[in-house]
Amino acid sequence: MGKNATKKVQMSKTFKSNLITYGIVILAFILVQILITTGNVSSLMKGLLVPLCIYSIMAISLNLTVGILGELSLGHAGFMCVGAFASSLFSVCMLESIPNTGIRFFLAILIGAAAAAVAGMIVGIPVLRLRGDYLAIVTLAFGEIIKNVVNVIYIGKDSNGIHISMKNAMALNLADDGQIILNGAQGITGTPKNSTFTIGIILTILTLIIVLNLIHSRSGRAIMSVRDNRIAAESIGINITKYKLMAFSISASLAGVAGVLYSHNLSSLTATQKNFGYNQSIMILVFVVLGGIGNIRGSMIAAVILTLLPELLRGLNAYRMLIYAIILIVLMIFNWSPKLIDFRKRYFHKSRAERERV
Amino acid sequence: MALLEIKNLGISFGGLRAVDDFSITIEKGRLYGLIGPNGAGKTTIFNLLTGVYKPNAGTILLDGVPITGKKTVEINNAGIARTFQNIRLFKELTVLDNVKTGLHNRYPYGTISGILRLPKYFDVEKQMDEKAEELLSVFDLQAEKNTLAANLPYGKQRKLEIARALATGPKLLLLDEPAAGMNPNETTELMDTIRFVRDTFDMTILLIEHDMKLVSGICERLTVLNFGQVLAQGETADVLNDPEVIKAYLGE
Repeated sequence: MGKNATKKVQMSKTFKSNLITYGIVILAFILVQILITTGNVSSLMKGLLVPLCIYSIMAISLNLTVGILGELSLGHAGFMCVGAFASSLFSVCMLESIPNTGIRFFLAILIGAAAAAVAGMIVGIPVLRLRGDYLAIVTLAFGEIIKNVVNVIYIGKDSNGIHISMKNAMALNLADDGQIILNGAQGITGTPKNSTFTIGIILTILTLIIVLNLIHSRSGRAIMSVRDNRIAAESIGINITKYKLMAFSISASLAGVAGVLYSHNLSSLTATQKNFGYNQSIMILVFVVLGGIGNIRGSMIAAVILTLLPELLRGLNAYRMLIYAIILIVLMIFNWSPKLIDFRKRYFHKSRAERERV
Repeated sequence: MALLEIKNLGISFGGLRAVDDFSITIEKGRLYGLIGPNGAGKTTIFNLLTGVYKPNAGTILLDGVPITGKKTVEINNAGIARTFQNIRLFKELTVLDNVKTGLHNRYPYGTISGILRLPKYFDVEKQMDEKAEELLSVFDLQAEKNTLAANLPYGKQRKLEIARALATGPKLLLLDEPAAGMNPNETTELMDTIRFVRDTFDMTILLIEHDMKLVSGICERLTVLNFGQVLAQGETADVLNDPEVIKAYLGE
């Protein structure tokens, strides 16, 4: 009798903390909708709504690699880039063939996710044999390579079909009715602006569901066992390569979804240092480290705060980056200082480890 | 037929012959001890048995099936589970999850079922929970099932590691110095647990140990290893009184 009761309490504990996470997202959505209808949101803020979702998804998906799989990836923006370009190509090509925006965007999301997952596997198969620093170096290189490769690809479409070249737009030899879709460094123009805040929130919640449900399942335990002790995991029959690759490609495909949101939020998409470079990858890693490695909810909140902060501080102009840096340091101390962790532990009567399980 | 049959097993690391011409036969249901001075090659034999190292020579038969040179995962599926000299738990997982990870291959369901929370997920997870709690109760660990493995006291960590190994449903259990770092009371308790495990699960157990009280208390047969070679083999009492063995352990 007592045994069953404690079991229920335990079951509801993870369930409750998951519900809180979903609740935060839904509350934020409702709050923003209210603010918009009452006219309290500046156009600058409105422009930030979709990026907030994008960075939340990126932070959650990178946390799957860094926190749950326990591997350092420095090329997460590369997977976002793959998802962005693959889906944009699809959307521009199919602009006339599939007039229904909803269906086209839905397919674009699937294609972006699939393309990034394939990229994740291609990188993952050789790279996940490496450990620690080596994986970080290779993923860093991957991110840069993808960005540069995209910059030299030219894709065009005419009545004869699709033409691809790596030289220049002229080499495509398009017929008169031809249309250049991907124009090298100039990127893709004319991607339909399908990303909305509502879709962004839905995708964020879907990402949360996938990651949280994965963590609390058989496969999730296997992934975390590899993280905690590779040799022991092998000794109890866990196929290490399989689960590493699974976590890595799920993480990549979610980054691809963020890429789809990104590309369908801009009229012209280019791969530059600023959007898909290593600065971006490291920025996302900062979200994860700050929010708590392995703490999915925390990394999402960190992503939101750190994306909003520079914009909120815009009024302070010259001191903007100074204050941003100070807040970053304070947050870091607050999250990781042993003394503060102790304090919070006493205050909330909850072990840090328990909360990290979130 | 013997459960484990090792013939002429050998491995070299560079010029060092770590294990040489090692043969052993263990009948089903035995409690078998492997002892020897430090560096004699005991853990190396465990690593050869579980596929961590590939032997240069010899054959290993488990229940008549050759497992020589197979991968660790395959060997675990074939029916050998082990614990480690320096405890290797999944420290950031709870006690219950550690055991459930051990049940991984016996209670399968797909990743998709897990992510979409299909009925299969709830069914199998429930069975896993029941099986895991049953195992935890054997080791008196139910009360700590929601504790993180890293926060368990040392003796209980050792027990949890055995529980996790048993969760994989092995035919042969390898224990690498189970009593290391335990006080005399804990050792006595551990001896009872090992006997209990053998009797309830009808398990064959091969253990490495330095604690002579444990060895003479529960092992039915012994093999003594010295410099990678078998020094003596046989009934525990006979082996422990062998002058050669006493010489290897205590010097002349």
